[in-house]
Amino acid sequence: MTTLAFPIPRPTHPTGIWNWITTIDHKKIGVLYGVTAFILFLSGGIEALLMRIQLAGPGQDIVSAEIFNQLFTMHGTTMIFLAIMPLSAAFFNFVIPLQVGARDVAFPRLNAFSYWTFLAGAIILKISWFTGGATNAGWFGYAPLTSVQQNPGTGIDYWIVSLQVLGIASLAASFNFLVTIINMRAPGMSFMRLPLFTWMTFITNILIVLAFPVITVALIELYFDRSFGMNFFNVARGGDPVLWQHLFWVFGHPEVYILILPAMGIVSEILPTFSKKPLFGYPAIVLAGAIIAFMGWMVWSHHMFTVGLGPIPITVFTITTMAIAVPTGIKVFNWMGTMWGGAMDFKTPMLYAVGFVAMFTIGGISGVMHSMASSDAQQQDTYFIVAHIHYVLFGGAIFAIFAGIFYWFPKITGRMYNETLGKINFWVTFVGFNIAFFPQHFLGLDGMPRRIYTYDSAMGWDFWNGVSTFGAIVLAIGVLIFMHNIVKSWRKGEIAGDDPWDGRTLEWSIPSPPPEYNFEEIPTVYDRDDWWARKRREVRRAVPVAGGSGEDEEHHDIHLPQPSYWPLVVAIGIFIGGIGLIYPVGTYAISIVGVLIGMIAVYAWSFEPVNDPEDGEQAAH
Amino acid sequence: MAQATAHHGEHEPTTTGLNHRKMLMWAFLGSDCMFFGSLIATYLVYKNRSIAGPLPEDVFSIPVTTVSTFVLLMSSMSMVLAYAALTRNSMKAFRIWLASTCLLGATFVGFQVYEFTTFANYEHKVYCADVGVKELTPVKQELAKKCGTEDEHDGVVEEVVGLSPRTNLFGTTFYTLTGFHGAHVTLGIVWLLSLFFLSFKKGMVTPERNLDLDLAALYWHFVDIVWIVIFTVVYLFGVFPGF
Repeated sequence: MTTLAFPIPRPTHPTGIWNWITTIDHKKIGVLYGVTAFILFLSGGIEALLMRIQLAGPGQDIVSAEIFNQLFTMHGTTMIFLAIMPLSAAFFNFVIPLQVGARDVAFPRLNAFSYWTFLAGAIILKISWFTGGATNAGWFGYAPLTSVQQNPGTGIDYWIVSLQVLGIASLAASFNFLVTIINMRAPGMSFMRLPLFTWMTFITNILIVLAFPVITVALIELYFDRSFGMNFFNVARGGDPVLWQHLFWVFGHPEVYILILPAMGIVSEILPTFSKKPLFGYPAIVLAGAIIAFMGWMVWSHHMFTVGLGPIPITVFTITTMAIAVPTGIKVFNWMGTMWGGAMDFKTPMLYAVGFVAMFTIGGISGVMHSMASSDAQQQDTYFIVAHIHYVLFGGAIFAIFAGIFYWFPKITGRMYNETLGKINFWVTFVGFNIAFFPQHFLGLDGMPRRIYTYDSAMGWDFWNGVSTFGAIVLAIGVLIFMHNIVKSWRKGEIAGDDPWDGRTLEWSIPSPPPEYNFEEIPTVYDRDDWWARKRREVRRAVPVAGGSGEDEEHHDIHLPQPSYWPLVVAIGIFIGGIGLIYPVGTYAISIVGVLIGMIAVYAWSFEPVNDPEDGEQAAH
Repeated sequence: MAQATAHHGEHEPTTTGLNHRKMLMWAFLGSDCMFFGSLIATYLVYKNRSIAGPLPEDVFSIPVTTVSTFVLLMSSMSMVLAYAALTRNSMKAFRIWLASTCLLGATFVGFQVYEFTTFANYEHKVYCADVGVKELTPVKQELAKKCGTEDEHDGVVEEVVGLSPRTNLFGTTFYTLTGFHGAHVTLGIVWLLSLFFLSFKKGMVTPERNLDLDLAALYWHFVDIVWIVIFTVVYLFGVFPGF
């Protein structure tokens, strides 16, 4: 026995709440991610509703200007970092190991750590409402609005620390999924046989790995300015606020694709399944995704056309921004090609997926309009931009996430959602969404600036603002129907069966809900739509391509890693350390405590026995 | 193909034959590249934009930093030797080389502490006899105006200015960039020391489990390479004209 005799044993078979706290099963972590992120999505939605109610008519004073600034900042930050990203992460967790034919992710404990750290970051952001005011400088926190002179409270500090903690969570998850997708594919699962959702996840995680360090540095610089009086964005000492904008958008534009690529992956799974046709132009969609990710690094300054960059940069970024619409267009045409001539079955996931294609195209077209700098100068900081971002992120990302929830619901829970309610849910959401956000195009072109807490009736914006608020309430009703459907079906829905959609990918080849070990035997993959091919006995290639994770054939007992406390403890250490950065009492005493907890837990994690000693297994081989 | 696991301690077969942890390490280093890239970019954007001294040409001592750079590069060499010693199961040599690596790394950090304190207490000194003879930096030209007044003592005017992170943009960006590099080195030392002490426990650090050391070594070499970039871009370009 070569293990360190560590006094705290590994949890063996926890039950109840401990089961969830110590779990390192990717499916349970996926559910944790999904439920947590959905609750945060609701909190962001309430923030949005408060804003819409305030703006329903002119000259209202339901919330004050100060609160309104906090509302739009928190709404943006919440929806991007606490709702869409973790909802995508929920699907990464649940679906990716199943789609590549693996028993878990490459680093199960790191996966649990990602979740708990994400939760820590979410709590830090959200408690700032109750600690003297949340951040109020916009979700992109432009300097010098965030300087300690302009913004002396702790709101900005909470925002900085929260985003740093969320960054750690996202990076840890991305390393994990990159390794899982590269290194844990079933035998025969070559890259060009990967399901599209796995492909888009792979590309998204490359973007996260490369983009998050940039925002980390920007936030460190901002923190140093605020806490130690440094000069990064201090104009009096020669600092340049535009540097913040560059750093933020060098991260921020890839971030846009981090939000939308998983959505595109989900839709690329659903459209072929419900059209009963293989995905049209699979290589083109994969390549388009890769090109989008690559070109996503070359367009950031289109967020800054009105800063005064000079004609050459503006021309360059105009051209690159127009060019990046091409691979996106390729995808849209391929999705249409997939549906064309197919035996389309308009179940709820399909409705949402088709809704995604339509709404995302509208958002994409208004996006191309922004690429013309002269036109953008008229649209900058108006409601036209607000309409655009909601068409791509709500009509785009959130529609696809709803589609994904309905699509994988039978697999996750083993039960079927209520189809009638699902369809009502889709139409209410779809109509409400368009009533809420389409009029904002008109308001924006009419000159209504974003981030104003009220407006004068003489501006002529009353009618469309009223319509928009009405739409937001309809949208909220749609979300309530969704919640009712999900909660009820989770408990009492009909038993769904293993493969209710006649699915194409490996997750449909195993029971619903999947057993803890996922696959009794790791499958061998012969085809792109392997499960379809297997069901139709159309195995085209008899030999799997080389490079599979060949299981030892005599080795049939399944090894599963055991639950662990330490991921949670490290996350608690990070949480305490982060709070200490906001309140640097006693020369960062709280942070030091947090770091110590974290370090002890990291060591305990490293020396945790691999297997339960009761199994009589040697921990080290 | 499939059974190719380069490191015996890690028994899991993988699709590519590469170990999971090693692949994660490479992904992390890619991420860290962007981290240092952003810090270096910030430094370069603000180069020559400080509106007050002291400036790089005032404070840097290239000979001193050359020595510390050399020390750090030698630590990479002893790291390689430590790894080689472990793979051929020569534990004594392994411990000697690993301890040397830690020592050289700590020496580098010591140099950095020395450098930071010197810069923080930096004082401008102008020999009035040099005025008009030698080329003086702008800050010193300003100071040289005091020559001939009552501030001149024994043919010298001096003024303690000190370079703190708050002094000017150079101080802000320099301390942040090199400070984070120093923190990376320090973390590396903690990691290597952990392995050093573990090696006295039976079976914890063995030739079969050399991956643990391999990963630490990857990190260590990466941090050294980052320093080569910093030394070139910050120190050399900061002092020698024409860059």
